Amino acid sequence: MNKHNREALLAPILANNPIGVQVLGICSALAITTRMDKAFVMTMGVLLVTMLANVAVSLVRNHTPGSIRIIVQLSIIASLVIVFDQVLKATLYELSLELSVFVGLIITNCIVMGRAEGYAMQNPPLASALDGIGNGLGYGLVLMLTAFIRELLGAGKVFGFVVLPLAKDGGWYVPNGMMLIAPSGLFIIAGLIWLLKTLKPELQDKD
Amino acid sequence: MARLDSPRYTILFATAVCVVCALMVSVAAVSLQPRQKANARLYMEKNVLLAAGLVKPGQDVSIGQVEKFFEKDVKARLVDLATGELAPEGRIDARAYDQRAARNEPGSSRTAPPNTAGIGRLPKYGVAYFVMKGGEPQQVVISVEGLGMWGTVYGFMAIDRDGQTIRGLTYYDQKETPGLGGEIGNPAWQALWVGRRAYDEKGAPAIRVIKGQAGPADKDPHHVDGMSGATITSNAITRLTLFWLSDDGYGKFLKRFRERGLG
Repeated sequence: MNKHNREALLAPILANNPIGVQVLGICSALAITTRMDKAFVMTMGVLLVTMLANVAVSLVRNHTPGSIRIIVQLSIIASLVIVFDQVLKATLYELSLELSVFVGLIITNCIVMGRAEGYAMQNPPLASALDGIGNGLGYGLVLMLTAFIRELLGAGKVFGFVVLPLAKDGGWYVPNGMMLIAPSGLFIIAGLIWLLKTLKPELQDKD
Repeated sequence: MARLDSPRYTILFATAVCVVCALMVSVAAVSLQPRQKANARLYMEKNVLLAAGLVKPGQDVSIGQVEKFFEKDVKARLVDLATGELAPEGRIDARAYDQRAARNEPGSSRTAPPNTAGIGRLPKYGVAYFVMKGGEPQQVVISVEGLGMWGTVYGFMAIDRDGQTIRGLTYYDQKETPGLGGEIGNPAWQALWVGRRAYDEKGAPAIRVIKGQAGPADKDPHHVDGMSGATITSNAITRLTLFWLSDDGYGKFLKRFRERGLG
């Protein structure tokens, strides 16, 4: 793997994390991070869609008329998201009900569109695929971390397994109800963004 | 790159993209539909078991387990809503019966009498799932539906052998606002219905969702806690529950169930 491709894959995971650094895709990150299984499925969705959309956009990049390139990208992304939603309904039905509109909203996730327009339009398919995977992983990293904190503190569980036995079930842990509602997601994600920018001062905005 | 920007090429390219995308989406939708339908059915039947308290919320239930319940403990039958009598067994398979489809078929439904639950058409037959123990029905699960705030909500309600006490409730298909009206899908709220009484002393449907908190089930049997920020959904649930408990819904059948059970 040459340097260009390696960078496409690895940079978005931490150094150029889509949520942490570019502050994209926040809305879904707030909504579906109450449980790790939901966050994991969402991560897979965004990862696959970003990767495949990048490849498709990259394949036709030299044939796409500039005047309609955004709508072409959107059609590709929307089709991939619908297919992913259909597959989810056929395999993980109950989880798909809980994720409800948020799978469909991957279409409007700024990360997917941003990578298609910002990267895949200028780069060959392989590098674009790696860039899609990298951004999916970067998004997923923040999502899983947030979901881990929220599920652990809010329900005493990790991936649905009881870690901290709840007081109401005879254990000792009194869960933090705030972790189950959206504002806690913002606190955690904002905290992560602050942490990342403190550890890497070069990411701070100069005004 | 003049060629790329010519109107003719642009239209051709757009058409090609549309055709490819449409093909991809329709192949996925059509080929996955049988599995989605099977999943939806399994989910529905699991909710019958949930309402009856045979499985717990959050419990993983396989197709095999659901089948086992329906072979042994749960007996699906159809009720003629107009008379309250059970439809003869065997003519229509009660488990394969699709109440939603039947309600939209002119041959198997009629216009609903005027009501406040937002129900336009009534199917001739409604489902009833008897939960058996030692050959005797312990409770019966009926289907309830009606217009919520954003769309039709679908649920099941389990009624005790006394034709009166609510044993369980689920809403398994609803589009109410997540976090507000969507709380009707929350097992904790659904559990508040257990032990409350569906009818008053005169036999009229009496249970309603109120503003604020209701007392314990034995002291305040006809009220259920409302959901804050969801007055419209709360009122809709009251209206549709009263409708299905009335003689236009399962009322006649439930009287018959109280008096005669399965017989």
